[in-house]
Amino acid sequence: MADAAVMPGLPRAAAGATATAQVRSGIRFDRVTVAYRSTVALADFSLDVEPGEVMALLGPSGSGKTTALRAVAGFVAPTAGRILLGDTDVTTMPPFRRGIGMVVQQYALFPHMRVEQNVAFGLRAAKAARSTIATRVAECLTMVGMAAYARRYPHELSGGQQQRVAIARALAIRPRVLLLDEPLSALDAQLRSGMLNEIARLHRELPDVTILYVTHDQVEALTLADRIAVMNDSRLVDVGTAQSLYQQPPSDFTATFVGNANLVPVTVEAYDATREEARVRFAACSVVVRANGGVTPGERRTLCVRPHALALESPGSGANAIEAKVVEVQWRGSAHRLYLDIDGIELRADSKPLREPPHRGERLTVHFASHDATLLAAAGPGRGAERGRG
Amino acid sequence: MLLPSRVSRVGAWALFFVLFVPVFGLPIVVVGAASIAGQWNDVLPSHLTLRHLHDAFVSNAGVELVTSLATGVIASVVALVIGTWAALAVRALRRRGAKVIGTLFVLPIAVPSVSVGLGLLVAFSRPPFLLNGTATIVLIAHVVLVTAFAFSSVSAGLARLPAHYEQVAASLGGRPAYVLFRVTLPLLTPSLVAAAGLCFALSMGELGATIMVYPPGWVTLPVGIFALTDRGAVFDGAALTVLLLVLTLVVLVAVSRIRTRASYR
Repeated sequence: MADAAVMPGLPRAAAGATATAQVRSGIRFDRVTVAYRSTVALADFSLDVEPGEVMALLGPSGSGKTTALRAVAGFVAPTAGRILLGDTDVTTMPPFRRGIGMVVQQYALFPHMRVEQNVAFGLRAAKAARSTIATRVAECLTMVGMAAYARRYPHELSGGQQQRVAIARALAIRPRVLLLDEPLSALDAQLRSGMLNEIARLHRELPDVTILYVTHDQVEALTLADRIAVMNDSRLVDVGTAQSLYQQPPSDFTATFVGNANLVPVTVEAYDATREEARVRFAACSVVVRANGGVTPGERRTLCVRPHALALESPGSGANAIEAKVVEVQWRGSAHRLYLDIDGIELRADSKPLREPPHRGERLTVHFASHDATLLAAAGPGRGAERGRG
Repeated sequence: MLLPSRVSRVGAWALFFVLFVPVFGLPIVVVGAASIAGQWNDVLPSHLTLRHLHDAFVSNAGVELVTSLATGVIASVVALVIGTWAALAVRALRRRGAKVIGTLFVLPIAVPSVSVGLGLLVAFSRPPFLLNGTATIVLIAHVVLVTAFAFSSVSAGLARLPAHYEQVAASLGGRPAYVLFRVTLPLLTPSLVAAAGLCFALSMGELGATIMVYPPGWVTLPVGIFALTDRGAVFDGAALTVLLLVLTLVVLVAVSRIRTRASYR
């Protein structure tokens, strides 16, 4: 391994401590596989995170998202493939040379150090000048609104405050890459939404920092990320912008995991190429839906429609109407969730709170606009249109 | 609460006293009483006197006390360093190697301490390892015996230490040695303190191996006590035991007061 000092463009804590100008650098996973004995934790994972981009790794537990993050940090060694930070191959570089800021779910503030000592840790390790340390610590604590708590010990802070300090500590070394591993999971719902806004604001203030954000919470991913990489079963399923994944999920897994969509097997009856719309049939219903890319009559597909797109009132002319039986009604504060049955096919519909919600067994009509539904491949995961570099 | 009713709590306390007083309490009380006994021909001692305790201070016991203290402190510190080093190394090793080293370190606990003493005597009785008749061989014996406890205690502490502290420290640019001294060891302080106390207490009471290897110039308190009781001076031996107990207790209480911020983890 060549000496870090002679490698230009190498992100390292020491360089970050003295650098005046921030150098942008992205992350590239090049066919990375991580295996522990016979268990594969990450399989043939390729992904490019652009400099300054916020990329969310979203997936259920065991999907490999944390392994991918730990591989970037240097805590797990890939069994195959390469990881690059900027132009530098860091696959075998020890963690302390990588110059990466990391924030973990458990905060991991050093309990024997005051807040200011925690934030100064990386700078002290890099032997930064005393005056630089003082300035930078004050600057970072102010940035996260914790300047008044500099002399406190971690156990004297609340969970949210500790996480702010953890973020300040990671930012103090001026990392080019910030890894956030489920940073809000340990916080209660109200604090979580506040911290989400904080992180979004921090990224606006530090647009050069590339952020890899691991979460199982789709709201966090949709709120923060420029792009989302959806993972399942140690593999990358789809990657795309939050909006594209939500509105036109490339796979049924993404459709379900991001936005909890209704997936209904359908048969294509007709296709209108000029309007890019298809008429599809399921049970006794025939509906018109968006079909970008073309379909052929007779083809079997999966209809994807979000629960909140199904309305009890008609949204206007041309909307689809489906007759359904109410199976279950749940009040969820800001919405009513209806479980509907259409000849054995279950649909979930979210409506605004109803004054007189329907009763179980009642028959009603639900509507959805053709552009609120999309067609996916009939079955099987990952036919993502966009993979790797997007 | 495990025992919700008052009756069950009273019962538990009663059982505790029935078991504790004869097994743990009585020997200590008897030793204490013997240290101030002039005669003991009946159920209780008679002709109570402070002469034995006084003699304990003015006789050789003072030297033996210092010897024991020095042995205990040196052995504990060395054992703590070796035990911590071994525990850190074992954690970093792969599973099989870790098990072998772990077992080797704990082995001296399973062997009679007299055998450990005998082994050292044979091993260090001829050049180039000629340590027979020196204080060093006593220190080595104590280190061998107490390192197992330091190793076990620190290993347990390391196993409880979440990996993310060291990982975050490394990601912030901390080199391995920097992380060890600034993060790992400070966070292990509660385990290190417990290990130090345990090692010191064990060393202070060690007799089996010491009696095999001690030179005339390095007599520890337990050896002195054994010699006195062997000669029939039971009350003098009891007085020395009280001295040993009090001293060990004072040091242990002092050590247990070392608390750090790591305790808040």
